[in-house]
Amino acid sequence: MPGIIGRKVGMTSIYSAEGKAMPCTVIEAGPCVVTQVKTQDRDGYEAIQLGFGDRKEKNTPNALKGHFKKANTTPKSKLVEFKGFGNVNLGDLVNVDIFEEGEYVSIAGTSKGKGFQGVVKRHGFAGVGQATHGQHNRLRAPGSIGACSYPARVFKGMRMGGQMGNKRVVAENLEILKILGDKNLLVVKGSIPGSKGSTVTILK
Amino acid sequence: MDIIKEIQNELVETKNFPKFGAGDTVIVSYKIKEGNKERIQQYQGVVLQRRGSGTTETFTVRKMSGNVGVERIFPISSPFLDEIVVTKKGRVRRARIFYFRERTGKAARIKEKRRFTN
Repeated sequence: MPGIIGRKVGMTSIYSAEGKAMPCTVIEAGPCVVTQVKTQDRDGYEAIQLGFGDRKEKNTPNALKGHFKKANTTPKSKLVEFKGFGNVNLGDLVNVDIFEEGEYVSIAGTSKGKGFQGVVKRHGFAGVGQATHGQHNRLRAPGSIGACSYPARVFKGMRMGGQMGNKRVVAENLEILKILGDKNLLVVKGSIPGSKGSTVTILK
Repeated sequence: MDIIKEIQNELVETKNFPKFGAGDTVIVSYKIKEGNKERIQQYQGVVLQRRGSGTTETFTVRKMSGNVGVERIFPISSPFLDEIVVTKKGRVRRARIFYFRERTGKAARIKEKRRFTN
């Protein structure tokens, strides 16, 4: 899927032509530089690598410096590989023009980290349900996690407490409401994963 | 944050309304769509609060409809808002007068501001 790298700016709401208020997310997307073109002959598959965001020269490893020098560009902080781009050359610029208003896109990002959470928050369990009637310190407990002597183990994938958030999440079928090409801004309907300022990839 | 403001300025249009705040009595004219027809309805009541900022700001207007209290929340940049007329400036001490909901009858009066500059 062709796509572009961007930065989540924040949320606001705009009005549709019928006057309906629509929640929307503003994304600063691109311009991205093609930093590598992978070919069937050399790499075994077709893809391109895009770079987005600036990075200080002194914080760039020498190996990467050489990589960016090949594409004749300044060091970039984020590199993401995309498939399905047509004919592009090393060092080309990709910007929001690849999208159209009204188009539906998927947006992948890293969700906000919630830390170690119990089953009530993490999986929507109901908890024990009563705070009184003899319940003691198990208000938000998961309850039974399986039978006893058979199977004599806990099944894999049993929903329990653990790390919540801070993982890759893809929000699908988000409508592009507006494209501001001169400012490299995309306005999509609804929310997208991650905090303000976090990097997201927008996939066609 | 500035980019969000830019977007709001560019994509959302807010009409120029007179200054008003909690405790003021206002008449809000807003457009109603019935099928294909559009007409303007008026809603008069006391402003309970203004919340939010920029183009996403909203305000709450409370009125008594018979014995039943009715509250409507209007987005300040809603395209359906036609006009806001401030009929009374109320003298209240807080920005959000939720205590007003519990008041009925004579207690549900708000002193008018003697002098106000708009």
